[in-house]
Amino acid sequence: MKKSPSVLVIGGGSTGTGIARDLAMRGLDVTLVEKGNLTHGTTGRMHGLLHSGGRYAVSDQASAKECIEENRVLRRIAGHCVEMTGGLFVQRPEDSDEYFEKKLEGCRECGIPAEVLSAEEAREIEPYLAKDIKRAIKVPDGAVDPFRLCVANAASAVEHGARIETHSEVTDVLVEGGEVVGVEVTHQTGTGPYVHGEPGEVEEIRADYVVNATGAWAGQIGDFAGVDVEVRPSKGVMTIMNTRQVDTVVNRCRPKGDADIIVPHETTCILGTTDEEVEDPEDYPEEGWEVDLMIETLSELVPMLAEARTIRSFWGVRPLYEPPGTGTEDPTDITREFFLLDHADRDDLPGMTSIVGGKLTTYRMMAEQISDHVCEKLGVDAECRTADVPLPGSEDFTVLRDYMDDFGLRSPIGRRSAQRLGSRADEVLNSVDPNPVVCECEAVTRAEIQDALDTAGTELNSVRIQTRASMGNCQGAICCHRMANELAPEYDEETVRASLDDLYQERWKGERHAMWGTQLSQTALKHMLHAATMNRDEDPAAADADIDFAAFDDGGASEDDASGVASGGAVADGGRRRAADRDDDALGGADGDN
Amino acid sequence: MAITDDVLVIGGGIAACTAALSAAETGARVRLLAHKKSTLRQASGLVDVLGYAGGDGPLSDPFAGLDALPEGHPYRVVGEDGVRAGLRVFDEAVGDAYRGGHTDSNALVMTHGGAVKPTARYPESVAPGLASSPGDTLLVGFAGLTDFDAPVAADHLAAAGVPFSARGVTVEFPKRFRADAKVTRFAKALDRDEEVDGGTVRSVLADTVAEELDGESRVGFPAMLGDDHAEAVREELSDRLGVPVFEVPTGPPSLLGLKLEDILFDALDEAGVRISAGNPAVDFEADDGRVETVIVDQKSRPTPYSADQVVLATGGLVGKGLDSDRESVTEPVFGCHVPHPEDRYDWSEPEAFGDHAFARFGVVPDDELRPTDEDGEPHFENLRAAGGVVGGADVAREKSASGVSLATGAVAGRLAGEEATR
Repeated sequence: MKKSPSVLVIGGGSTGTGIARDLAMRGLDVTLVEKGNLTHGTTGRMHGLLHSGGRYAVSDQASAKECIEENRVLRRIAGHCVEMTGGLFVQRPEDSDEYFEKKLEGCRECGIPAEVLSAEEAREIEPYLAKDIKRAIKVPDGAVDPFRLCVANAASAVEHGARIETHSEVTDVLVEGGEVVGVEVTHQTGTGPYVHGEPGEVEEIRADYVVNATGAWAGQIGDFAGVDVEVRPSKGVMTIMNTRQVDTVVNRCRPKGDADIIVPHETTCILGTTDEEVEDPEDYPEEGWEVDLMIETLSELVPMLAEARTIRSFWGVRPLYEPPGTGTEDPTDITREFFLLDHADRDDLPGMTSIVGGKLTTYRMMAEQISDHVCEKLGVDAECRTADVPLPGSEDFTVLRDYMDDFGLRSPIGRRSAQRLGSRADEVLNSVDPNPVVCECEAVTRAEIQDALDTAGTELNSVRIQTRASMGNCQGAICCHRMANELAPEYDEETVRASLDDLYQERWKGERHAMWGTQLSQTALKHMLHAATMNRDEDPAAADADIDFAAFDDGGASEDDASGVASGGAVADGGRRRAADRDDDALGGADGDN
Repeated sequence: MAITDDVLVIGGGIAACTAALSAAETGARVRLLAHKKSTLRQASGLVDVLGYAGGDGPLSDPFAGLDALPEGHPYRVVGEDGVRAGLRVFDEAVGDAYRGGHTDSNALVMTHGGAVKPTARYPESVAPGLASSPGDTLLVGFAGLTDFDAPVAADHLAAAGVPFSARGVTVEFPKRFRADAKVTRFAKALDRDEEVDGGTVRSVLADTVAEELDGESRVGFPAMLGDDHAEAVREELSDRLGVPVFEVPTGPPSLLGLKLEDILFDALDEAGVRISAGNPAVDFEADDGRVETVIVDQKSRPTPYSADQVVLATGGLVGKGLDSDRESVTEPVFGCHVPHPEDRYDWSEPEAFGDHAFARFGVVPDDELRPTDEDGEPHFENLRAAGGVVGGADVAREKSASGVSLATGAVAGRLAGEEATR
C-alpha cells in the first residue's frame, strides 16, 4: 500500500487545527506542532464574535461575504461552540446617516440579512441601550467559543489519524537542496496526550509539505526558512464584564474606531477593542488607558457600563497582513482578508506555504483553501468535507434534554454543562460519580474538569479554557485549588501545588486590569483566602528553612488534658443571629449584593 | 428624635464586637450598628495575631515580631499592651470555645490546602489536630466535597516537614447530596444524625473511617462536623473511633467563622450592648469638629443615631468599609482620608503574592486611633477607627487579621468608653 503524503502544520490555533482536521479527513498523514497549548496565540485571545459580516459590509465586502457564508457553516458544524445572539449596529445622534445607509446597503449587497429597527424596537431587544440612540440595524452576529472550537477540531483531526504535538516550538525550518523538507522542534515542559517529547529534546520532523499557520508569528517562521513574511501584528484590548449587560452583540454604527463592540460571551460581556500595531507579538505594553477607553466609549451605547464591574482585561494580537508595497499606515485600514503565500511562487522556495491574515469566523474556509492547495501540490485528489461533517460535540443536538433528572444536577448546572459539552454530555457527565460542582461561578462539575484533564495534562490553564472553570466573577478565588486537587491521585502533591501556582498567577495577570470597586473587594477577599486562610504565600513546603515545630504551642499537651478533645467547653449556642441563609453561596464573597 | 447612646460602634465583625465589649466594660451605654452579615463567614475562624514580620516567620512568639513591623502599622500604634488587651477581651468573650490562651506562643494549624500556619487562638474542635503537637494523623475527605482533598493535604503536610506521619483517605459520605450541595448540608446531616442505609450518618461514617484507621492517633475532617450540635458529633465520632477527632479550618462558607460570630454576639448581649442590625450607616452630621449623629438608611428612610463617641469598624475592602473607583480609594461613611498611589496600577504588584499596596489601604490613625486627614490632624475629635478600615497592615501576609481587629477594637472601644463616661 502506498504511504500517504505527509504534511506538517505549524500552529495550534483555529487555522492550524482546522487545516489539520481538513487534511486528515482527506487521508493525509498530518502532524501539527504548537509551541504552547492549543489556542496559545491569537485564537485564545479574541472577543468571541461570530461575524455576520456586517462589520466589513462597507469597507471590505470580500471579507463580509466570506463571513456570512462561514457564519452559516459554523452554526451547522459547530453548534456547541456557537450562541446565536443576533447583533445590532446602533446609531447615535452624532453618527452619520450616510454611513448608516451605506452599512444597510452593504449588508444587502453581501447577502447579510439586515433589518432596520427604530430606537424603541432596538431597546425592546436590549433595554439598557442609551435613551438617545437613533436607530439600529439588526444582523445575524453571534458568539463563538474559540477554545472549544479548536479543541473540537484537534479531536477530530486525531480521530482521523493526525498527530498533535503541543509544547513543541519550531526552532528551525529544514531547507535542503533549495526546498523545505521539514522542521526542527524543541520540546518544552508539558503533559497530556498531545505531549510526547522530553523537555529540551530536539526533534527533526520531516514532511512532504509544510504549512505555516502561525498567524502573528508567521514572520518568525519565515525567518527560519530565509523568506520574508511581512505580518503586521496589531494589538487589541478586551475587557470582560461580570455579567451580560447585553444579550445581543452591540456594534457602534460608524466608520471605524476603537471601543465599538460589546459581545455577550457565556456569563460575561466582552468590550472591544483597540487596534494598534506592535513590534513583537509576545512583548507589548498592556495599558490602563486602553481599559478606560473601553468603558468610557462603550458606555455611550450602554450607559450602565460606566458603573458596572469588570473582572479582568486581556490583549490579543491580530495577524494582519498586506501584500508588499501596499503601505497602509493605519492598522485599522489593513484588510481582514487572508492570504495564501506559496513560497515556491513567491520566493522560489518550494515545500512550504504560509497562511496569514483572516479571522476566526472564516478559519474553516481558510483551512479548506490551503488544504486544496496542498493537495494540488502533492497530487492528492480528495474532497473537502469540513463544511458538512459536524465537529465532535456537535453531532446530535437532540441530546439537550433535561439533565437535571439524569445527573442529579440542578437545572442551571445541567444546562451549562450540556451547552459546553454538546452531544458529548452523556458520555462525560456519566463518567464520574459523585459529580460535585468544582467552579461555582461557571457551574463546572468534576466530570467536565476530568474530561478536560484528559487532553490538558497538568495544565490547568488548558482546563480553564476548555471548561471556563475559574473564569467567573471570583476569578478562581473559590475554585483554583479545587481544580488543582482534581489532578490527584494521578499526579503527586508537588505537581498539584505547582499547577495551582501557575493558574493562580495567570489569573492574577488579567485581574490587575480590573482592580477597583467591587472587583478590588473581590481581589482583597481572594488575597485573604489564599494568603491568610491557606498560607500559600508562606507555604513551609516551598520554603528553604525547616520549621522548629517544638517551639510552637502544642495545645497544652505537656501541661494538662493531652487530647484536648471535647473537654466540655461551653460552646455558646445562640441561634439568634445565625442567619437563616447559611446555605448562601459564598461566591462573590465581597460582593454581597450581587 | 435621634436614638442616643454613649458609644456608637459601626460594624459587625470582630473589631466592632471587640470595640463594643471594651466600651461596655467602662460602664458606657453602647450600641452596635451592624449592616449585614460580617465577613466572618469567609474567615477560617482562627485568630491570627502575628505570624510573619520583617522577613521572619513563622514566628513562634507573635509579640517578638512587633518591633519588626513598619512605622504606622496598627500594632505600632496600640503597642504590645493593646495587643494583649484585645486578646483578653476575646478570651473572656469566648470562654472554653477557643484554645491557645494558656501561652504566648503561636500554634501551627493545618490549613485545608495542607500547609501549616501560625495562629494564636483556635477553636476547641481544631485543638486536637495542631501541627505543632505530634501525633500520627489520618485526614479524611469526602468524594462529594472538592475543597478538601485529604490525600493531597496529607502529602502537603509531609512536604512541610511536620514531625509526625500524615495520611489522607477519601471516603463516601454516608448520605448522597446534589452536585452543588454545600458543607452546611453535610453538617446538618451529622447534626440530625439522619437515617441512612446501615444505621445513622454518624455511625456509618465512623464505621467507614474505622476501616481506614491504621494506628493513627488522631483523625481530622474538614470543618463540617455538625453545626448546632457540633460537640456531640465530634464526641460520638471520637468515642466510636477510639481516637481524638478534630476539624481542619476551611474557606467559605466557614462554619467555624459563623460560629465565632454567634459567640461574639452572645457576648454582646450578655454585656448589655444594644444591637441595631440590618441597615447601613450612610451619612453623618457633625458640629464643631465632633460627629453628632450617624444616619442609617432604614429601608430608604434616614434614621439618626446620636452618641458622644463613635467607633468606625466597617471593615476593609472585603467588608466594604473601603470603597474605590478607577481613580481613588475612599472611606464612604465619613469620607476619611485614605492614602493610595495615584496610578491604580501601583495598587497591586505583578506577582500574585507580592507586596500589594491595596492590602494596606485604610485610614491613618493618630495615637488615639482617630482617623486623620492629609495633614495628620484628626477628622473628628470623637471618631475612632478599628479593624480592617485601619490601614498600614497586610494582615493576610502577616497572618495578623483577627489580632489587628482585636487590638484596635479593644483600644478604640476603651478610649471611647472612657471619654463618654468621664
